[in-house]
Amino acid sequence: MNALLFLIPIAVLLGLLGLVAFLWALKSGQFDDLDGAASRILFDDDESPEDNDS
Amino acid sequence: MRPTRPDQEQPRFDFAPYVTAAPDGRAALTLAVDGLHCAACVWLIESLLAREPGLDSARVNMTTRRLRLVWRPDSQGPSPLRGEGVGEGTDVRASESYEGLQRVVGKIAALGYRLTPFDEAGADDAGAARQRALLRAMAVAGFAAANVMLLSVSVWAGHVQDMGPATRDLMHWISALIAVPAIAYAGRPFFRPALAALAARRVNMDVPISLAVLLATGMSLVQTATGQPHAYFDSAVTLLFFLLIGRYLDARSRGRARQVAANLLALRARAVTVVDAAGGTRIVAPSEVRVGMAVLVGAGERIPVDGRVVSGQSDLDTAPITGESVPRPARCGDTVLAGTVNLTGPLRVAVTSVGEDTVLAEILRLVEAAEQGRARHVALADRVARLYAPAVHSLALVTFLGWWLVLDAGVQAALLNAIAVLIITCPCALALAVPAVQVAAAGRLLRGGVLIKSATALERLASVDTVVFDKTGTLTAGRPQLLRDGGWNDDDLAAAAALAATSRHPLARALALAVPGVAAANSVEEVPGSGLRCGEVLLGSRDWCGVTAESEAEGPELWLARPGMIPVRFAFRDAPRPDAESVVAALLGAGYRVELLSGDRPLAVAALAGRLGIARWRGGCTPAEKAAHLARLAREGRRVLMVGDGLNDAPALGHAQISMSPADAVDIAQNAADVVFQGDRLAPVPETIGVARRSHRLVLQNLGLAFAYNAVTVPLAMLGLVTPLVAAVAMSASSLAVVGNALRIGRGPRR
Repeated sequence: MNALLFLIPIAVLLGLLGLVAFLWALKSGQFDDLDGAASRILFDDDESPEDNDS
Repeated sequence: MRPTRPDQEQPRFDFAPYVTAAPDGRAALTLAVDGLHCAACVWLIESLLAREPGLDSARVNMTTRRLRLVWRPDSQGPSPLRGEGVGEGTDVRASESYEGLQRVVGKIAALGYRLTPFDEAGADDAGAARQRALLRAMAVAGFAAANVMLLSVSVWAGHVQDMGPATRDLMHWISALIAVPAIAYAGRPFFRPALAALAARRVNMDVPISLAVLLATGMSLVQTATGQPHAYFDSAVTLLFFLLIGRYLDARSRGRARQVAANLLALRARAVTVVDAAGGTRIVAPSEVRVGMAVLVGAGERIPVDGRVVSGQSDLDTAPITGESVPRPARCGDTVLAGTVNLTGPLRVAVTSVGEDTVLAEILRLVEAAEQGRARHVALADRVARLYAPAVHSLALVTFLGWWLVLDAGVQAALLNAIAVLIITCPCALALAVPAVQVAAAGRLLRGGVLIKSATALERLASVDTVVFDKTGTLTAGRPQLLRDGGWNDDDLAAAAALAATSRHPLARALALAVPGVAAANSVEEVPGSGLRCGEVLLGSRDWCGVTAESEAEGPELWLARPGMIPVRFAFRDAPRPDAESVVAALLGAGYRVELLSGDRPLAVAALAGRLGIARWRGGCTPAEKAAHLARLAREGRRVLMVGDGLNDAPALGHAQISMSPADAVDIAQNAADVVFQGDRLAPVPETIGVARRSHRLVLQNLGLAFAYNAVTVPLAMLGLVTPLVAAVAMSASSLAVVGNALRIGRGPRR
């Protein structure tokens, strides 16, 4: 039963980590444009203004 | 699919009030983008703007359909986006300091998108904040549900193995440690409305939810503290998690509808060019125009005020106000109405009425009155909730009294069973039954280019039995097409098209379109209200070409006169949308009553009604008559779907039980409509009705599932047979069944 003393806190901590990561993503605006972000990976231009000749 | 409309001139906006200063000294502007359809549009706009040297960043948000520009107002060198004085209080003459912005916006407009400055501090912030709060609460509840369930599973496993009471209590304490703060945080979206409802002496869905969650938590704490086995932490947290999913989906679909509405509202902000006494022009906001001012309206612009023409000649497209498909000439002294479009020549208009007194404002008032008068539709979920809460509470009370008084079970045991009833009847499946279906249905329709703007639109659409169509722009394409009636040959057409290619009059454009790749003739002179001249060749109205012969003059026509040849007549017709006939036939076949209601001349309306097989039609209706006709239909007990696109339809759209509008309709019509569909075809109308009917069936099925579940579990709970394990399994199973059933609408046959 001693294993519980380690395993339960570890499980809860890992869960908390996921929660914090989600809240951070939410706060940094990653859920603001779900439709656009999905297709943004298809644009192969760099975002700097100089080398956009095509 | 994308309606590229480069011929619509981008109006000049007063950007100053919309530019915001970011904390790092940069300036930002948000614009609503109209005509955005796919990722390629995003790429096109962003890669075009990436080449603008003055811009720091330009990003299109596809979900909200807004473009955000960020630039540094104080950047060195000849920055094209001069914006000095932003946030510093200096008086900026908008039209001068944002010349660069006007140019950038003009570039994007040239691609066929319409841009309107968007006030970020608008009203939809509250909705967005609520959505985020719900999402955060959902995340917390999800985290707690997963971890508490983990601990509960080990407790249940302990039932069959040899877990001692001490270990079980430890598990319960850890569960409590996770569940209690999570419930306190994630339950707030339910506790607050419940308190508000109780304070107003009403009961809503939130009251039984809050009661069940709080009682379950409280009782579990007592059980844990006294070392007893019945802890319901997992049920309480899972319940909250499922309910928050339903709430979030609901808020998101409402939020999307609100965003669309906000973008459409922004479209109304248009700038007006005023001529002052000295002859100079300046651009002002519509609200600053006064009676007596002279306003300049360029070709292609929408007339912003009611007034009288003082100089210039042109043709006016009055379709938005009256529904007439043929442009009407405007000469000196003629009265013009706000909302009509000036087609061929610049006009100077003396303002006779502004703001609240214009015909346009009158129509807007009709719309508002109609929307307020629309019978308040009570959402199905709310009607169920009204019955549900008293039923659950009386069942719990009966359980308590029964165990306590009849069976002499002791207060604590009786309370335990009563709380079990509250937990097990918790409207988990019930709260998901409606939003899950609505979200799935709206998602499916969105993929087909149909946008649901109102939250109860699908419910109201499902019971429709009458469909009323507008003519111009709804059943027809709203653009005249050349009629091949044999009155002309290909040489005539080629000659006429060469002249016509230089004009933006709709008939001329139709003529030019009939000859693909036509080369525009040189030195063509356009005489607004009459026609075109190129040397000796004339193209235009009957009088312009000197034709005196009386021939049939129904429908719009153009004449071509060449020296030494007999004048040739080109006739046009506002062709029906490609699938109008089959859609009307399908609706009639399905038993709907179909009507045609138009402001156009009765002759033209009768011709179209005959072609499409619509028996009931009315022509020459004013906006008020249209609205009155719909009110009459409603009094007869008919449930009417109105499909319309013009300003003159807007009040009628508001009066109907439910209304649809094509995406190329005027903004006010789109605003008044509950559903907006894209594309050239009418097929979305029957498809949307079909989806609405199926989703209504699914909602009823889901409610049936939820009640069936309750019918099985409530007696068990009342008999005291429900343990925490049974509660957890039953609740999850019913929720999954309901959501799975809702998702079926996303598949199914697509026509």
